[in-house]
Amino acid sequence: MAFEGLADRLQQTIKKMTGKGKVNEQDVKEMSREVRLALLEADVNFKVVKDFVKKIRERAVGTEVMESLTPGQQVIKIVKEELTLLMGGEQSKIAVANRPPTVIMMVGLQGAGKTTTSGKLANLLRKKHNRKPLLVAADVYRPAAIDQLKTVGKQLNIPVFDKGTEANPVDIANEAIEYAKQEHLDYVIVDTAGRLHIDEQLMGELTQIKADLNPDEIFLVVDAMTGQDAVNVAESFDQQLNVTGVILTKLDGDTRGGAALSIRAVTDKPIKFAGMGEKLDELEAFHPERMASRILGMGDVLTLIEKAQENIDEKKAKELEEKMRSASFTFDDFLDQMEQVKSMGPLDELLGMIPGANKMKGLKNVQIDEKQIVHVEAIVKSMTRQERQDPGLMNAGRKRRIAKGSGRPVSEVNRLLKQFEEMKKMMKQMSGMQGGKKGKRKKGFNLPFM
Amino acid sequence: MSFFKKLKEKFTGSAETEEVSDKYKAGLSKTRSSFSAKLNDLVARYRKVDEDFFEDLEEVLISADVGVNTVMELVAELELEAKRQNIKDAIDLKELISEKLVEIYTDGDYTAEVPLNLNSAGLSVILFVGVNGVGKTTSIGKLAYQLKQEGKKVLLVAGDTFRAGAIEQLGVWGERIGVEVIKQSEGSDPAAVMYDGIQAARSRGADVLLCDTAGRLQNKVNLMNELSKVKRVIEREIPGAPHDVLLVLDATTGQNALVQAKTFSETTDVTGIVLTKLDGTAKGGIVLAIRKELNIPVKYVGLGEQMTDLEKFDPNAFVYGLFADMVTEQQMD
Ligand SMILES: Nc1nc2c(ncn2[C@@H]2O[C@H](COP(=O)(O)OP(=O)(O)O)[C@@H](O)[C@H]2O)c(=O)[nH]1
Ligand SMILES: [Mg+2]
Repeated sequence: MAFEGLADRLQQTIKKMTGKGKVNEQDVKEMSREVRLALLEADVNFKVVKDFVKKIRERAVGTEVMESLTPGQQVIKIVKEELTLLMGGEQSKIAVANRPPTVIMMVGLQGAGKTTTSGKLANLLRKKHNRKPLLVAADVYRPAAIDQLKTVGKQLNIPVFDKGTEANPVDIANEAIEYAKQEHLDYVIVDTAGRLHIDEQLMGELTQIKADLNPDEIFLVVDAMTGQDAVNVAESFDQQLNVTGVILTKLDGDTRGGAALSIRAVTDKPIKFAGMGEKLDELEAFHPERMASRILGMGDVLTLIEKAQENIDEKKAKELEEKMRSASFTFDDFLDQMEQVKSMGPLDELLGMIPGANKMKGLKNVQIDEKQIVHVEAIVKSMTRQERQDPGLMNAGRKRRIAKGSGRPVSEVNRLLKQFEEMKKMMKQMSGMQGGKKGKRKKGFNLPFM
Repeated sequence: MSFFKKLKEKFTGSAETEEVSDKYKAGLSKTRSSFSAKLNDLVARYRKVDEDFFEDLEEVLISADVGVNTVMELVAELELEAKRQNIKDAIDLKELISEKLVEIYTDGDYTAEVPLNLNSAGLSVILFVGVNGVGKTTSIGKLAYQLKQEGKKVLLVAGDTFRAGAIEQLGVWGERIGVEVIKQSEGSDPAAVMYDGIQAARSRGADVLLCDTAGRLQNKVNLMNELSKVKRVIEREIPGAPHDVLLVLDATTGQNALVQAKTFSETTDVTGIVLTKLDGTAKGGIVLAIRKELNIPVKYVGLGEQMTDLEKFDPNAFVYGLFADMVTEQQMD
């Protein structure tokens, strides 16, 4: 439950694998199949998936994954890197014309959310960029589309230019520019009617508006729930209009949103904004990294893995695993481990990144007290080298000395010793079951730093 | 008898059926040509059935947005069947593929058309639900037109009190078709509007009341609760109502449509689907998974923005349209 999507799939695959540590080529093949399924379930276009998986496979067959102790995580890391790369950097910039007004055209299929997004964009331009936008009602086809934009304009107190439903959209757009100049409005957002990319007549109308207005931006508005057809739609709109960017809507839903990847892959146009709700201030910059996690269905676990990758060195991890297996884990190792985990950042932040951590039984009410960690550290550091290597030496006198040295009560020293023994027992059990499910920690077992 | 022959037989005979299937052939021409063309192409490319063949077959199905699980199961089944029957040539698999696909939808019953559940003695209430922008209001307009053509007295109720311009939008449809629209002002309680609608339908002696609702994403708990309240009001006022709860799905939607169907069903007991925007290039294959997993039938398909662009979903005709090329081919063999 805690891990869904790709992480879960990979864990299951790894469990099935025969070898304990390393993976072979057949394993990589199976893992790539899981990556493929995860992406398909997220609605990434199958052609895009095919190319993508090929790339992943090539990298995975290299030493990175094959030699790793944590092949699943390595694969996820590679997938994430490639996904983020594909979706490009963060690009929420909007063009500014040399001579105002700057003209933005909103285009897309029926029901994608163009009108609402036009309102949101106008709101954002005024609020964040201190601009004076004009909304233009050029959808003369859908019943009451003009009323909708006018209501949005009224709610925002932003002017709306319209000429009713009898006028021609091309004329409306042209006149709107004149009006904006007169009124010294510096942005013009043209809300066009939704249309099918294969509707030649209506696509021709957009081409005409484009030719007349020479817009600075043409935003293709796409519903995040779009399936395999996203590539056809995006490719076709882009070929006919050469769009400058994409806005993804309805991302506040529970779709994985693989369309984002597909569109980016076929058009190479940046995804600039994401619609996050029906309210007119719910438009956000698009974050490729977050989208990558979302497509894979795994919260921010990727960031977590990345942090672990940066801070925990593989060699040490291997040694640690050996020790766990042979149960020769000592308080020195314990200190070491604490140092490494601490270097990853504030603990509750780390915990927050684990998807579903708040739903996990053992972790539900965990309060991470950084102060307590300092105390634990103090206790361990007050032990002699011998005591750290062999906690069996411990007796009442030694415990009193340690308590005094660390400035903590004896009861706390006792508690830590007990926890340590429990932990060792757990480790022995766990090292037997590679890739065990995170959610299945025994009740009452505390992580060493809690 | 071979599957294609059976299909062919069904569609020769009555003139009426021919006409219906022609409409489908035209409306779904993009769907048909690309699907059967892809399948034909696949079979031509791979003379021998192997692992890569099945992977490509997966892709043909997935490109139509058929649910990923459904596809995987189907292909696994086909692989087994191919082994069992010792089928080695791709061409021999073609018919089996088509048959299995149809089976998913019809469950073996090729006459499984599911009509509207109208109450013959008195008022029928139909509730429209779905996410934002799928075509609820438009479909209501189209259905109202159809029912009026059949001589029924139809009334509309503007239950989307949230989206800007939604009430006016339904109002325009009412004018176009010449049916009355019951409404309150923007921002009022949708359950109260429904109540008004029912009272008006009763006092005017209407046959059918079509209820519009605001689009909502299925993961918004508050909005889903609001929807079940709307439904409760209808249930309370008229025993047995709503007679149909139609979930409107956009054919362009991918895997999330299955989640939509699940969640809206839990909240409102969906009885049928209106699959819109099939005039585009999307295939809406997810309805196969919805039928398979939730057993919700498609009742109508939307094929455009005009009031005549709504067709009853006839699985026979749909299937015939989908495989028309192959059926004809079979005949020439
Ligand atoms: N091409 C096409 N467009 C449709 C179809 N059904 C609805 N639409 C369009 O989709 C958009 C959203 O429809 P609307 O009825 O307002 O959706 P609602 O928000 O669910 O009520 C409008 O522009 C409709 O004209 C269809 O079958 N084909
Ligand atoms: Mg509506």
